[in-house]
Amino acid sequence: MTSSSLRNDNLIYFDNAATSFPKPPTVMEEMMKFMKSIGGNPSRSAHSMSVEASNIVFEARTKLAELFGVKNPMRVIMCFNATDALNLAIQGLLTEGDHAIMTSMEHNSVARPLKELEKRNKIKITVVKASNKGIVASEDIARAIIDTTKLVVVNHGSNVFGVVQQIEEIGKVCRTANVPLLVDASQTAGVIPIDVGSDNIDLLAFTGHKALGGPPGTGGLIISDNFDHSTLRPLRFGGTGSYSDKTYQPTFIPDMFESGTLNTVGIAGLLGGIDFLEKYGGIQKVYAHKKKLTKYFYNAARDNIRKIKFYIEPEICETGVVSFNIEGMEPSLVAQKLSDEYGIMARAGLHCAPMAHQTMGTFPRGTLRFSFGIFNTEKEIDRAVDALATISKG
Amino acid sequence: MAEKSIILYYSSNYAIWTSKLLHKRGMYHKLIPVPRHLSSDCGYCVEVRTEDVPIIEGLLKEYGVEYERIEMM
Ligand SMILES: Cc1ncc(COP(=O)(O)O)c(C=O)c1O
Repeated sequence: MTSSSLRNDNLIYFDNAATSFPKPPTVMEEMMKFMKSIGGNPSRSAHSMSVEASNIVFEARTKLAELFGVKNPMRVIMCFNATDALNLAIQGLLTEGDHAIMTSMEHNSVARPLKELEKRNKIKITVVKASNKGIVASEDIARAIIDTTKLVVVNHGSNVFGVVQQIEEIGKVCRTANVPLLVDASQTAGVIPIDVGSDNIDLLAFTGHKALGGPPGTGGLIISDNFDHSTLRPLRFGGTGSYSDKTYQPTFIPDMFESGTLNTVGIAGLLGGIDFLEKYGGIQKVYAHKKKLTKYFYNAARDNIRKIKFYIEPEICETGVVSFNIEGMEPSLVAQKLSDEYGIMARAGLHCAPMAHQTMGTFPRGTLRFSFGIFNTEKEIDRAVDALATISKG
Repeated sequence: MAEKSIILYYSSNYAIWTSKLLHKRGMYHKLIPVPRHLSSDCGYCVEVRTEDVPIIEGLLKEYGVEYERIEMM
């Protein structure tokens, strides 16, 4: 399977950092199976269709707990995407007078909830700037921590430049200072091994629809085994199928954070995605494939496109996400030509991360981004390099 | 017929967890609606053999599976 094999129009999909495509066949199979024959609402009734739905959700929790190194599967809170999980953590933890730290590589899904709390005069924020290679020094985070600091938020893998932060170093700093660490693993879950225990991560937000291969509408928040969940307020209140004789929100996990019917069909699909990853050869193999394609693209582009400009060296470009520009050309125009004339899907602009572009000197014009997935091939890259070479002469 | 006991929960998520743990070990268990006379916070409970209760209690403790109480039928 390649990114074009599911469609017969020969399109090339290089936008896997936005959402992965194609989804593995097991994802669609599990979703169809759920819709056709499982169908019940989990945790709501004792009939077999509800129990079967609960089994699917439990299995997904168990797999995700294993994947992220949390022992108790109930500490996997099902959300609707990474943004939802980040909002639960940020809005649930911070209260009036608190100080929070984020890095200059954050996505707007972290920056905006924090800025909103700041705008309402609730909290103060310090932005720790990354180097011109996009790397945040853990010492800089240590220096930014003050008495009122209640949260450090770090984007593990940049959705713009593909650089990855030394999360275990940052984790040590936060543990020493006794400040909770929230990690945005949107770009790294399923690509880089993460263990919330040994990495000293308190809360980890992940999305299901990128490297894990699941459908949109899936994601979650991992609450590490030692983190006191009662310090986190729910984002939503409502029906959970438990505690039904009371009109107060339950206080146990995962129920207290999972009001309303879960995206069961999506969760079944996510389970199919994780199963596929295991059969594919695991996270190490995903990482190796993305790294190989990244190097191949850098080499081919540098050999064939005179005016190409990269912003970091391929050695620190880790997650298959590559930002570049064709000198003298608007990235959005190049992306349009790639789509319209060559059938190549790429994203141009600021990628919801204005501070990351400011850090790397690519603001406000932005960059063109290729993000490779497990189904992309070197052949597809050859086609894209040829197209870029032609466009760059135009 | 072996005596039965019932494990009651706050949340059915933990009932499902119990059933998986017992299934893996080949121990008798059945997810059933909470009997009328036993009020509980959650819609279903797990029926087990009374003779297995000590082992099951140990297992639930080991894994951190929270439950409300165990009732002999
Ligand atoms: C770094 C980062 N954070 C957050 C998000 C938001 O993810 P989602 O669309 O699943 O909410 C994304 C992806 O768009 C991302 O790349």
